[in-house]
Formats: sequence, structure tokens, C-alpha cells
Amino acid sequence: MATWIETVEIDEIDTEDVVRFDHGDETYALYRNAKGDCFATAGHCTHEKVHLADGLVMGNIIECPKHNGRIDFTTGEAKRAPICEAIKTYPVKIEGGKLFIQID
Amino acid sequence: MAVNMETRDYSLTGPRNKQAQELGIASAEWYASPIPRQRMKELMKRKDGPAIRDTIIWFAILGILGYLAYLSWGTWWAIPAFAAYGAVYALPGNSRWHEASHGTMFKTGWMNEVIYQIASFMNLFPATPWRWSHVRHHTDTYIVGRDPEIHAPRPPVWRVLLGELFHVYGGIADLRRIFLHAFGKMDKEEMDYIPASEFKKCYWEARVWILIFIAVIAACIYAGSILPAMFVVLPTFYGFWAVMLIAWTQHLGLNDDVLDHRLNTRTVYMNPVIRFLYCNMNYHIEHHMFPMVPYHALPALHEEMKADCPKPSPSVYAALKEIFAALRKQRKDPTYTIVRPLPSTARPYRYGPAPYGTVIQQDELIVKKAE
Repeated sequence: MATWIETVEIDEIDTEDVVRFDHGDETYALYRNAKGDCFATAGHCTHEKVHLADGLVMGNIIECPKHNGRIDFTTGEAKRAPICEAIKTYPVKIEGGKLFIQID
Repeated sequence: MAVNMETRDYSLTGPRNKQAQELGIASAEWYASPIPRQRMKELMKRKDGPAIRDTIIWFAILGILGYLAYLSWGTWWAIPAFAAYGAVYALPGNSRWHEASHGTMFKTGWMNEVIYQIASFMNLFPATPWRWSHVRHHTDTYIVGRDPEIHAPRPPVWRVLLGELFHVYGGIADLRRIFLHAFGKMDKEEMDYIPASEFKKCYWEARVWILIFIAVIAACIYAGSILPAMFVVLPTFYGFWAVMLIAWTQHLGLNDDVLDHRLNTRTVYMNPVIRFLYCNMNYHIEHHMFPMVPYHALPALHEEMKADCPKPSPSVYAALKEIFAALRKQRKDPTYTIVRPLPSTARPYRYGPAPYGTVIQQDELIVKKAE
């Protein structure tokens, strides 16, 4: 059953940036693009077990810090090798200045 | 405490690949120096300007040297002229191939791709296979049985090492693979790091390259001279000494099977001319630890993290002297590695799980060196 979980204060994520959020055994990456819109994906790159939160946000793209593969974090689509596999994305909502993500 | 070196097999198809995975040193988490996120974001910022400028300067120098080499053909002046042309063809070709493979050279994606394809041909590095080879090199830097880009095994084989000054072994291996790919086949080692979904791309790239080879051979036959090949294809071989003399400084003589780039990678201070030709890759610990940082920001990254790293080698000459002394020792004792003490400001080295169940500590290595 899908559940909404509270993550971080929205102000903790700079525009065009990403932060890491751990919940239970899972890790997530929380993003804000240049417009200030928020998004969430699984925290590890689909190519290797690397935290995407250490990467670089450019527009709607996150670049993995280890091998420079790219993903569109709004859709989860792989955009540059060595990332070939799409990443899981999660619905988000903002309430009371906090970012919530809907997990399975 | 000696490390058992008897079972060393550097091939990717041998037992060391599986052993590295079982030991937890394959696709592992590596040490990273602490750098504040805000500063790292500044350092990672992409730009087109520096790379456009540097690419224009490089091709202009190559054009001038190529013209002088052309004028000198048939005289003794051709030897220094083509030596210079070959060096400026091969070394920047190699460093541009490398930087563009990371996608950090330009901000604009297609510019990275254009330079990547051109520089790959200049190196005779099949473009897609080498992209994946280098991905593995960054995942498993100098992990035996995993990294396809280890310059020399321990103990070193002089014939192969010195032969690479003219790309005798690597170049011929790549040519063999190009022909293999053109016939729709992959090398077994390559299958360890190239996903099957990329095979077709490898095959078509190889076929295009063979057409270029045929065109160069046809130009030589038409001209009745090897002169056309002296400008493309052959410089990869006769100019490769410039690549190897610099690239040897990256990792040789240092540790393998560790999870800290400060232990297996070397930063070397080089003069501005070499740094231009080499895309600042002399800051090699910095590059391996943070491959997101573009070449033009590596000197600034070095300033940020030098307190956490061993002292850089003061020059290419000093690094090569240290390396060849170590390689000579490794001929007799393959366990020998160069020990580089960390400054008091640094965090301790992270060795990771030791291979063969042997724990190697820095103090033991220092004792070993003193002996």
C-alpha cells in the first residue's frame, strides 16, 4: 500500500540541487530544479551503487558523481551512458513547508 | 607480513575477477576527501568556453606543426618535425579522448561527443568499447582482475612496458579488436564490461573506421608515399611515447586492490605547457576521487583537498625516477609498493578488505620499505 512519508524542509534543498534522504533500509534522492519544482527518485544510480545526491543537477538532469551517467529525474529516463536503465521515481507533495514522497 | 602474489592473474576472464567480487573490492565504495557541498557544486560547474579555446589552440598548433612536417619531408628535419607533430597529435588526443569520455570537457553534450569521436580515432581507441573500459577503470581502479586499464602487472614485463612507448602492444590489440568488431564479434574480456546492448554500436563504429583505414591506404598508394599515413593513423604509434611518459605517472609503483585513490594514484606537478596538452590530468588523485569536476577546475580542486593527500611528486622526471626504481624492485619482490606518508592534516588511508585474507597496514608497509 502506498504511503506518504515526510522527508525534509523544502528550504533544505537549494534550487538546482539534490539531497539524500534515508528511510528504513532505503535511500532516496530529492531534487529541486531551477524553477523550484520538487522531484524524488531512488537514491542509488541504476548503473552502480552510488548515491546520486553527490551528483550535479543541470536543468532536469542529475549526473552521477562516479561515472558521469545522466538521468532525467522528472521521468526517471536514462539519458547518458553508462546509465542504461531507468530509475524509479516517486510522487511528491509539499505541505507546511515540508516535502513528502509517496513510497510503495 | 608478505602478501601472497602467486595467484596474480590480471586478465578479466581469470579467477581474480570473482575473487575481487567475493572480497568486496569490486564495485565498492571508495574513500572521498571531505569537501563542502556548496564548494563542490562550484567546482563541478560545466563551461564551454575553456574547452572551445583549448581545442582551437590545439588544432592550430597541430596544423602549424603538420605544415612544417610536410615541408620537411624528404630531409633530416622530418625526424624532429614529425616527433613534435606526433607528440601534439597523441598526447592531447589522448587527454581530450579522456575528458570527453567523462562528458566534462564541454557543457554542451554534442561538443563532447564530437571531440570524443575524433579523439578516439586519433588514439585508435575504439570509441564505445573504450568508453566502457574507462567506466570500469573508475569503478575498480587498479583492482586486479577487474580493471582493464592497468599499465603494468606486478612484477612488470619490461618488453611490454617499453614497447608501449610506440604503442606496439596496446595499438595492435586495439587494431585486432577493430577487425573483430567489424566482423560482428566481441573479445571475451570486453564482454566483461561492455553491455550486450552496446555491441551493435561497437560493430558499426569498427566498420566506419575500416573505411577510413582503406581511404588512408588508398591515399598512400595514390601519392606513392606513406606521407598521408604520417598525418593520420601512424602518429598514434610514433607519437605515443608522449602519452606513456606522462600516463605512467598516474598509478605505476603504487598499490592495487585498495579502496582509496590516495593509495593507488599519483598527483604530479607539471609545467603549464604539459598541463595544457594533458588537460590537467596531472591532478590525478583529484580526478579519480571526483570525476565530476571538469579539467579546468582541477587546480582549484587540488587546493581544496591537498591537505588530505600525500605530497604530490614535484615533476614528471621525479615521478618517473620513483616509478622505475619501484618497478625494478617489483621485479624481485612483487609485493613492493611506494609508500607515501600523509600529512598530519589528512584522514587515515582506507585500505579496504585486504585480498587473500591479509591485512596490510601503513606502518607495516613503512617497516617493509625501511628494510
